[in-house]
Amino acid sequence: MTTGVLSLDKRVPRIASTVAEPVLVRLALILVSLTFLGLFLFVPLAAILFEALKHGLGAYLVSFQEPDAIAAIELTLLATAIALPLNVVFGLSAAWAIAKFEFWGKQVLITLIDLPFSVSPVVAGLIYVLLFGLQGALGPWLAAHDIKIIFAVPGIVLATIFVTFPFVARELIPHMQAQGKDEEEAALVLGATGWQTFWRVTLPSIKWSLLYGVILCNARAMGEFGAVSVVSGHIRGETNTMPLHVEILYNEYNYVAAFAVASLLALLSLVTLAAKSLVEWTSSVEQKENRP
Amino acid sequence: MSLILKQPTVLPGFGLTLGFTLFYLSLIVLIPLAGLFVKTSALTWDQFWQAVADPRTVASYQLTFGLSFVAALINAFFGVIIAWVLVRYSFPGRKFVDALVDLPFALPTAVAGIALTAVFSVNGWLGQYLEPLGITVAFTPLGVLVALTFIGLPFVVRTVQPVLQDLEKEIEEAAASLGATRWKTITKVIFPEVFPALLTGFTSAFARALGEYGSVVFISGNMPMRTEITPLLIITKLEQYDYAGAAAIAVVMLVASFVLLLIINGLQWWSGRRQVAF
Repeated sequence: MTTGVLSLDKRVPRIASTVAEPVLVRLALILVSLTFLGLFLFVPLAAILFEALKHGLGAYLVSFQEPDAIAAIELTLLATAIALPLNVVFGLSAAWAIAKFEFWGKQVLITLIDLPFSVSPVVAGLIYVLLFGLQGALGPWLAAHDIKIIFAVPGIVLATIFVTFPFVARELIPHMQAQGKDEEEAALVLGATGWQTFWRVTLPSIKWSLLYGVILCNARAMGEFGAVSVVSGHIRGETNTMPLHVEILYNEYNYVAAFAVASLLALLSLVTLAAKSLVEWTSSVEQKENRP
Repeated sequence: MSLILKQPTVLPGFGLTLGFTLFYLSLIVLIPLAGLFVKTSALTWDQFWQAVADPRTVASYQLTFGLSFVAALINAFFGVIIAWVLVRYSFPGRKFVDALVDLPFALPTAVAGIALTAVFSVNGWLGQYLEPLGITVAFTPLGVLVALTFIGLPFVVRTVQPVLQDLEKEIEEAAASLGATRWKTITKVIFPEVFPALLTGFTSAFARALGEYGSVVFISGNMPMRTEITPLLIITKLEQYDYAGAAAIAVVMLVASFVLLLIINGLQWWSGRRQVAF
């Protein structure tokens, strides 16, 4: 390492031709990738913004002052505010049981937790209609007691919980399994209570996985369309979430308003991707610091 | 609880957490899903067969399964290239592109649906250039394929990427020093390492496409026998108050996804890693 040129060489590794492709091949592959991603990801994203602002900023902003749009935003926030904490509690509880204990049927349980991901959103909505709908198993009883679940807010919340069910759990389980239980056992042996151990030992070590799961769960809860569409009944101002409102506006040929609400959801997804990258980056930095 | 527990432990909360997990899982997932099978079992075999095998339903299976398969193939091909480019090459904006790959997971499906329809409609940004070439995308099976390709895009990239990252450069150097050409190294050394992950990603993309609804219904035009996907048919039956018919088709779809879930689990066991994608 005597000359500057050599040290520069060390920082920017020269790619040996035996284990790298010719420059032309490399450029071609990069071009193919960027074209494919550009056509499928970037162009549709730009189109949303373009369509929303087609008639100017004024027309764009008016779309959010409409009472039905505000009601849809409120309902989306409400459904998420109920589904998210429930799935966080479930995720923590499932991960604790699965990662810290050895018991029979564990692998089956893990597979069952993942199940909602492989069920079509439409089928997810359908199962609640079959259970709680007027013709459903519990329908007559619910009607007799004047409880409305399908075509009402509780159905929307249930469908949202179902489609976001595995997110937090599946982030936490592998992480907590990898961490083992030595630290918790040490804390307990030293006299900490179960709750103290959870709050002071377990939670700090899983906070990034937990946050990651929460971010993904939140995005899906706010954006779910198929499952919610089946149970909602599409009553304007009452049982319409934001994605359903987008559909109604679109089908009424009110494109500016449809794309305006859609742009809000698109912004949410971009924020989600940014937050996801940030969490990945922060947790990897922290891991490096912990392991010198 | 000691009956279920395999070994004693000082950690508390096993009964509470496992109990709550099973309770919540049963309440939200297992009991409602079981209800679907109960509803279907009320049908006689003939009624069931009529619901799941009438020409319109069969046409929807052909469209859904066929196009999901083609979309997964497209994603397998481009997904491997994208994963390779993201891991091996550096170019301006690589991190941004890497983060953007997950967009189809994060973007609500209805938003994706209207955006793709706008882009590919006859006077859309891309549609206006395809139309003179005789290619109509919106409201044709090709439109369904575009939507299914969009939503399956991240799966292969995200399963292949970590495998490529963990691949040791020494293996390639060894192959090269033993006289293998670059092409031979890639096909005989790297590809076999990546293949299980590629297959997992392909199957996941296929499974996801089978059940997809939101992004497809806007661009497909929903013509029976031509561009009607199976999830839409379930909703149509439901709107006609044909609950049993809807349940019967849903059972067929559900069994298909269970089989795929088992295959994916098997593949993951084979490739020795859990799926990283969400």
